[in-house]
Amino acid sequence: MNYKSNSFFEKLFKSTLKIAALIVIGIFILLFYSLVERSIPSLSQNGLEILLGTSWDPNFEIFGGAPAILGTLFSSAIALVFALPISLCIAIFYTEYGPVRLRPFISGVMDLLAAIPSVIYGIWGLWTLSPILKINFQEPIIASIGFIPLFSGPAYGLSIFLASLILTIMITPIISSISIDIFSKTPMPLREGMFALGATKWEVIKNVVFPFAKRGVFAATILGLGRALGETMAVTMVIGNSYIWPFKSISLFSSASTITSKIASEFPESVVNIIHNSSLISLALVLLLISISINFVAEIISKKSAGRLNV
Amino acid sequence: MKVRRAKDFIIKLISTLVTLLIAVPLLWIIFDVVIKGASALSLEFITSLPAPFGETGGGIGNAIIGTLIINTMACIIGLPLGIATGIYLSEYSNGSRISALLRTAIDTLSGIPSIILGLFAFSIIVIRVGHYTALAAAFALSIIMIPVVSKATEEGMKTVSIDIREGAIALGLPKWIITTKIVLGIAKSSVITSSLLAFARISGETAPLLFTSLFSYYWPRGINEPMASLQVLIYNYAMSGFESWVVKAWGASLLLLLLVLSINILVRRFSTKVV
Repeated sequence: MNYKSNSFFEKLFKSTLKIAALIVIGIFILLFYSLVERSIPSLSQNGLEILLGTSWDPNFEIFGGAPAILGTLFSSAIALVFALPISLCIAIFYTEYGPVRLRPFISGVMDLLAAIPSVIYGIWGLWTLSPILKINFQEPIIASIGFIPLFSGPAYGLSIFLASLILTIMITPIISSISIDIFSKTPMPLREGMFALGATKWEVIKNVVFPFAKRGVFAATILGLGRALGETMAVTMVIGNSYIWPFKSISLFSSASTITSKIASEFPESVVNIIHNSSLISLALVLLLISISINFVAEIISKKSAGRLNV
Repeated sequence: MKVRRAKDFIIKLISTLVTLLIAVPLLWIIFDVVIKGASALSLEFITSLPAPFGETGGGIGNAIIGTLIINTMACIIGLPLGIATGIYLSEYSNGSRISALLRTAIDTLSGIPSIILGLFAFSIIVIRVGHYTALAAAFALSIIMIPVVSKATEEGMKTVSIDIREGAIALGLPKWIITTKIVLGIAKSSVITSSLLAFARISGETAPLLFTSLFSYYWPRGINEPMASLQVLIYNYAMSGFESWVVKAWGASLLLLLLVLSINILVRRFSTKVV
């Protein structure tokens, strides 16, 4: 091959790569543009009602998104409250107490849990977990402490509680596998120093591993949160898709809606009504802004923590 | 002293129990899907069309084919873009403005909920075309693949040592040959691994298909038509509440779970470095 044809191929190769780069950038920009464009009819007619309004009735063109937005935030927050301690326990067991032989099994379980399609979490939650929980968990609790509004009846099997539970199972693998990574990077000399002073494993974890891993675990948590906020199928199938929660009943066992469940269950029928359709897309825009800002925060924090590891 | 030991023991006990506990949902889901799904499986189930409502028998053959067609199209769009942008970021970026923008685009796209990608494909394709189409579904899924493959390609290529690159330069090879034959050759395994995992991932994605390929009770007639898929079939049938349909949804779940988990297990078994 002579020099000329080489420089031709070089240019061709480089411009192909550049075109690919421009296409992906184009997709990215178009994504925002088209969502904003399609939200405009709703935003110009109803303004901030999509954020603040508490009822939703397409027949009267009332589109208040607050219950769905709160449902998204609340179910994800509950999932985090459960998933974080569970993940920390798993990371502690993996790196400190557990036998090394078990490690491939633990990471295998995490990988497979993360790989199960969300629609399968959905069908399992809907047809297997929901009836069991309703009879063995929700009804006894309502019978005993149902006077507390948070646990009041009636027991809907499909509830914001069930959605949070399934989200917990779905985000635990994310948070725990990153936590395991970070825990294993704790500098050996620090740990050995503590052990040499006669510290127990728990004291080493508390005083060396936790402070070292704090930021990284926080970033992992936020990543898990981002996943939970955007999860659609599993949540849509188990949350019951009602607008009762939280303004008519704040019970954990009440059925509810999230942004994603609202969109998934209503979007196809909304195509005939431009404002209805546009309101759903405005909700999607709210979700997009929440998840982007969350990922942004996680990235800044994890970059800082990566910097710290090099010290 | 005793208190300290006791605390340590309690933490050990709790972390052990919690770790054992997390295996419960995994085994439960797998056994549940296998037991409930196996009763639906038959040759008819995987080779024939859904029976009209009220009739017994029938299958989900069109949904199996549909998922494979949509995934293949998503790969045709997503893999070249993912690999090319990965190469660009690793070898040709030079800190240019395009590469900074590309990196932002890829990082952001990887965190966007998949339902939003479905809405995006609906807005720019389904509305233009005027009807639901499998092409829009493939487009939405390809956006999920791009960041996964791009990041893995970039990272795989960046691990190639400077010695090898300098050796190749000293031989007088042009840069595009070095990039495609040598660097990409070494990074091949991470490209293949990530492509397979991305394929497994999109096989389970349902939300991007709901408003794009929708569903169909017929064999696929063309890629610019609504198309059945395993994922949407599971959702529709499971939510319908009719017992015979729910059984079919479990059967479809079993096939989908087999596909997704076997790819994951194979990839993790044969690749040393997990993406």
